[in-house]
Amino acid sequence: MTDMTANGPQQASESPPFDFHVVEDDHAHEHHETGTMLGFWLYLMSDCLLFGILFAVHAVLGQSYAAGPSPADLFEIELVLVSTFMLLFSSITYGFAMIAMQQGSKVGTQAWLAVTGVFGLAFLGLSIYEFEHLWHIGATPMASAALSSFWLLVGTHGLHVAAGAIWLVVLLAQVQIHGLTHENKRRIACLSLFWHFLDLIWIAVFSFVYLTGVLL
Amino acid sequence: MATSVPDFSGQLIRGTQGAEVAHPFWGKLTWDIFPFYDPILLGTFLVVVAGGGALVAALTYYRLWGYLWNEWFTSVDHKKIGIMYMILATVMLVRGFSDAVLMRGHQALASAGYVGYLPSYHYDQVFTAHGVIMIFFVAMPFITGFMNYIMPLQIGARDVAFPFLNNFSFWLTVSGAILIMLSLFVGEYAATGWLAYPPLSGLTFSPGVGMDYYLWSLNIAGIGTTLSGINLIVTIVKMRAPGMTWMRMPIFTWTTLITNILIVATFPVLTVTLALLTADRYIGTNFFTSDLGGNPMMYVNLIWIWGHPEVYILTLPIFGIFSEIVPTFSRKRLFGYTSMVYATAVIMILSYIVWLHHFFTMGAGADVNSFFGITTMIISIPTGAKIFNWLFTMYKGRISFELPMMWTVAFLLTFVVGGMTGVLLAIPPADYVLHNSLFLVAHFHNVIIGGVVFGIFAGINYWWPKAFGFKLDRTWGLVSFWGWVVGFYFAFMPLYLLGLMGVTRRLSQFEDTIYAAYFFTAAIGVAMIAVGVLAFFVQIYVSIRNREALAVDGDPWNGRTLEWATSSPPPYYNFAFTPRVYRRDAWEHMKQAGYERKTDGFAPIHMPHYTATGVVISALWTVMGFALIWHIWWLAVASAMASLVYGIAHTFNYNRDYYVPVDEVADIEGARTKREAARNSVVAAE
Repeated sequence: MTDMTANGPQQASESPPFDFHVVEDDHAHEHHETGTMLGFWLYLMSDCLLFGILFAVHAVLGQSYAAGPSPADLFEIELVLVSTFMLLFSSITYGFAMIAMQQGSKVGTQAWLAVTGVFGLAFLGLSIYEFEHLWHIGATPMASAALSSFWLLVGTHGLHVAAGAIWLVVLLAQVQIHGLTHENKRRIACLSLFWHFLDLIWIAVFSFVYLTGVLL
Repeated sequence: MATSVPDFSGQLIRGTQGAEVAHPFWGKLTWDIFPFYDPILLGTFLVVVAGGGALVAALTYYRLWGYLWNEWFTSVDHKKIGIMYMILATVMLVRGFSDAVLMRGHQALASAGYVGYLPSYHYDQVFTAHGVIMIFFVAMPFITGFMNYIMPLQIGARDVAFPFLNNFSFWLTVSGAILIMLSLFVGEYAATGWLAYPPLSGLTFSPGVGMDYYLWSLNIAGIGTTLSGINLIVTIVKMRAPGMTWMRMPIFTWTTLITNILIVATFPVLTVTLALLTADRYIGTNFFTSDLGGNPMMYVNLIWIWGHPEVYILTLPIFGIFSEIVPTFSRKRLFGYTSMVYATAVIMILSYIVWLHHFFTMGAGADVNSFFGITTMIISIPTGAKIFNWLFTMYKGRISFELPMMWTVAFLLTFVVGGMTGVLLAIPPADYVLHNSLFLVAHFHNVIIGGVVFGIFAGINYWWPKAFGFKLDRTWGLVSFWGWVVGFYFAFMPLYLLGLMGVTRRLSQFEDTIYAAYFFTAAIGVAMIAVGVLAFFVQIYVSIRNREALAVDGDPWNGRTLEWATSSPPPYYNFAFTPRVYRRDAWEHMKQAGYERKTDGFAPIHMPHYTATGVVISALWTVMGFALIWHIWWLAVASAMASLVYGIAHTFNYNRDYYVPVDEVADIEGARTKREAARNSVVAAE
């Protein structure tokens, strides 16, 4: 790597071969713009680690029923499957919103975002219904370590979806006010990443928490 | 819970944990939450109130609030945020060091047959607060301050990637610091040790608000650290000056990058771990409880999966600082640049697979302990490579013993001792003897003081002229240096011996007086360090007073990296023209190639607006944290909602940046040209 310094054996004796100043006269490149997507990716990776720890905790504690109910006794897998498809559909419709955005259709973007939000709310509604049911029959987070980890893992995902839904509503308003500006497009793209990321996490939750819980 | 705890004399004193059942409006707040039964706390409280009152009065009298608010608190300038981090860390250093003085004095008395002056319950809070404050609110803000101030200058950038986020991160750190300081006078602090292992830290054994102060202050500050980590990574990846390829970056920038990768890849673990403990305490879940399937050892594993990389989060930037100082004061380029980069990267990876060495005694078995013992020993190899790189840089160099270089030499000698005792502790059978003894305490103070603290002082002495335009006074700097260095050896070498004699950590009472001489020596050491700390403040005061005589131009040390290309202090936009980089040690190359600063042809500069959003949201989160600690549920919900609404409102502001007009740039650059011409004529006349 020492040859890195060897891209010019000539010294100051020659007429200066080095131009040390960058003269910027066009404001076209604004590094704040290019950095946002990378920054958001990094945030998602940190969030992914957060979920990773919750999954690890579930792997350790998931069998610690403390003589209480086990997943096979509790989960209504059909209902969870329906809510899974709500979230999967919402990812597809978000994809349609992105296509509409790239085609420059403000109304199309807003419409597909709204459909996405409806699917997201349906998912949240089913989750709340499930949680309410579990609480009602005594499968509370306090009942056993296994239930603690189940509630916190699924609950953290639900909180993320709720945050995404609020963000979505805010974005709808901002698109309405400012249109599909460069900044709004970037924000829609960030929420897109966030939304698909939550979908991915949910697939892991469905597989490792619900399916293995019921089957194993 | 108003439980009574016996103090050392067997007399019952009131706890300061507030009401047992939360009042709907006041939560657990009652009139007896103020710990004024303790004369030490009462005295401290009066001093703080008097000092704080005097400060507020002075700021009001000189009408400085507007200046502070407009120019500093709401600033998104990475340099001002960096300086604010350093000020926060310095203030908290005084607090953390006071705790150390209390402990050393108490143990010196207690080991000599006296009862000492700290009730055991208070003593436990003091050592917990000392550890938490020194790591989270002294070392972390110091290194974050350095990374914030120096790194963008070194890569030729005008600010960080997300300037608002930077301000927000800082204020979240302040929010955590405020909560921990509040616990001194309102209620109590955790009495669990700095990592708060359950089940001791669970609701059963720590029912008071102290643990809740611990959890909320660290969670709020930890979120700030994660955001700051993301910000600085993006800055380095996306905003380097043209021509600055990866292998042309200054080593400090490299260590900043790798440190922030470590931050982003470990602080979420801390956040989750603390959140689960919070759930155990607030909801009644069973993650870390001793019954209903909970697993306390899982907490210990998780907290150290964060905790060991944290050690390197603190030391890697410090290694970066030394890697800048050694070449500058040896008048040579850094020996082994490439190996320095790879050593740093290898340490990053290895730091993830050594965590279990903090609890070999858990009983994971010989196989597991061997694995972690060996990985721990391996990590000393890249660290050793760095030590040799610095030594070979100095070899045949023209070394000048300016203050930064003195701290560096003290570091090299001291850190090697600490590193070797670390390798000793990495041997599991030895660790079974030394675990939780004062030998361990001596070891980690040896690496943290000998490494991190010495590095912080080296860095402050090195970059102070850059930040303020004048050097720090050498005489008082030497007093500070010798106080710290000699004091360190007096304070911690006896602790190694005590550890070998079997004394465990965190003891407040002793049966036997045979340890008294060692504890007394350690107390003398702390007195010497106190001289070092005081001399540091005197050094700053004297330097500010003599700032005219100590004034310097942009490049007082004949530096090698781009931060020295700017004026001292740099203009708020850093560089009128973004520099173009051709070599490693870009500024050294520019000087060799006969660089002339361009003084015309300026273009408008794109800069971000200042914003109060970071301060406001952090203030709301501080209120929320306080409300959650004291179970004032309505206030917690209200402040959380308010911060959400304020945050959303902030996103509706699309007017985030502006262009600095050419005239203003020309004025500032012209003033610099005049200043330099005047100084050059003075130098020529002499």
